[in-house]
Amino acid sequence: MGFFRINAQPGKVTSVLLSAALFVLSLAAYVWVAHERHQENPQDKVVPTLSEMKGGVKRTAIEEDRKGDVRLWVDTWASGKRFLICVALMSIAVLIGLHMGVLPYFEALLLRFVTFFDKIPALALLPILMIIFGIGEMSKIALIVIGVFPTIILDTFLRAKAVPREQVTKGLTLGASDMEVAYRIVLPQILPGVLDTIRLNFKAVILFLIAGESVAATVGLGYRIFVVRRYIAMDIIIPYVIWMSLLAYLADLGVRYFVRWRYHWQYEEA
Amino acid sequence: MTPNEYLLYLEDVHKRYPVKGGGEKTVLDDIDLRVRKGELISVVGPSGCGKSTMLRLILGSEPPSDGRVLVSGKPVEGPGRERGIVFQKYSLFPHLSVRDNIVFGLDLEEFSIPGRLLRYVHYRKRKREYAERAQVYLERMQLGEAGDKFPHELSGGMRQRVAMAQAAIMHPEILMMDEPFGALDDATRQEMQVFLLELWEQTGMTVFFVTHDLEEALFLGTRVLVLSQYYQQGDGVEGAKIVTDKEVPGGHPKPSDFKYTPEFSELLEQIRRDGLDPESRQKVEDFDLSHQDAWRD
Repeated sequence: MGFFRINAQPGKVTSVLLSAALFVLSLAAYVWVAHERHQENPQDKVVPTLSEMKGGVKRTAIEEDRKGDVRLWVDTWASGKRFLICVALMSIAVLIGLHMGVLPYFEALLLRFVTFFDKIPALALLPILMIIFGIGEMSKIALIVIGVFPTIILDTFLRAKAVPREQVTKGLTLGASDMEVAYRIVLPQILPGVLDTIRLNFKAVILFLIAGESVAATVGLGYRIFVVRRYIAMDIIIPYVIWMSLLAYLADLGVRYFVRWRYHWQYEEA
Repeated sequence: MTPNEYLLYLEDVHKRYPVKGGGEKTVLDDIDLRVRKGELISVVGPSGCGKSTMLRLILGSEPPSDGRVLVSGKPVEGPGRERGIVFQKYSLFPHLSVRDNIVFGLDLEEFSIPGRLLRYVHYRKRKREYAERAQVYLERMQLGEAGDKFPHELSGGMRQRVAMAQAAIMHPEILMMDEPFGALDDATRQEMQVFLLELWEQTGMTVFFVTHDLEEALFLGTRVLVLSQYYQQGDGVEGAKIVTDKEVPGGHPKPSDFKYTPEFSELLEQIRRDGLDPESRQKVEDFDLSHQDAWRD
């Protein structure tokens, strides 16, 4: 078999089965635990059975509530909008990092500050943000921006710095201006890597999003989980968590495939 | 001829670098050089002699510590459009296809990024013209089919040919080459030498060719410059000087069997002794600076 062999080459079928194994196992374990607990106490709310969860999903995702909204979509749209706004705002972070990496004055001005800023635990700022921005959209977006921006800036900066000096010199000898070097030589070369970093930071974005929503919101996936927690509505919490993870996974996958397709030269480089 | 009439003019050029723990190390000591238009000048020397440093001073990616560097009578301030460069590594833009690499400079010449959008139709038309011009260079470099490929798909020799085309299409006044064939195998390297000579003949460009390979330097150059730190250094003198500056015999471009002539071996022997051998050091007065443009200020 060679489970501990470096040179092992698992076949296609084996690979698929192995990838599925832990999913199936966890699901089976869950079903068994839920079954056992319901044997003891049919009213158990902590570990709902699959059919109970189906009911929970039906109530939130298909049926309208008293206001006539289908909650899951309303929540998804609200959280998704916040997420997308933040990801769009990250392009600003990329541009700041790019300029810092290319232009020495920008580096001198910003590097220390951003590095320090990066170390501020954003969650500790949440009360301050709420006092300043209130409980509207602004405080949640500000939280995410403060939490994730410095990482993106520093990563872009380091990548821009790592572009070989020869490339810059070459660009100048071909008549490029300073900005053309930044935007037509450095940026396109580091962009695939930067997109990967943004993708890996989706997790942090979602983390801050839920933290913000749990404290101050009237709608949103994170908000809903913390509301229904009061009634120990695990039949809603668990599907919500799975739904959020799935969305995050798909967003990650989307960016990954985009980078593969658009920047194929990056992956095949010697 | 006055300094301004030479294509390249270096006077009293020194380059010193700070050393860890204080003090400085002189790399280039009092370099004087005059180069006429159309020459293919090859620069050779032992490793660490500062050949690449000298190239960077002319390229403008570093300033000299002392002295002046003029290209076409104008002092060099940073890399510029009139001086092309072919590096050994990172010689192409990895994110652009071969064709886009070659037209990169032409494209910048006429269109800014907003300009491309504002004058889109015109831009598309020009882009086709550029592609045609690029194709001429691709054919010349025997890369006619490779226009849509990306640099990572090319062999080392092909990449350097594209890099030459990329620089040459801009018609620079001088083409600088920093050990461009250093990483290639022997057969490819000889092929590339022929390509370079053809390009030089067709364009009449001035070429400044830095190499560590003496045979390559003599085969390619119309004039050979030996930069070396191996000479009898007096008090307080260190750093490399031009120890040999002479015309390479054999006509230009040379027949490929020039390498087997007694003239060639004799010159090879002389340069090995005068420039590359740390054991044999000449006095400064004995340097062979017999080229018509050689001078010492």
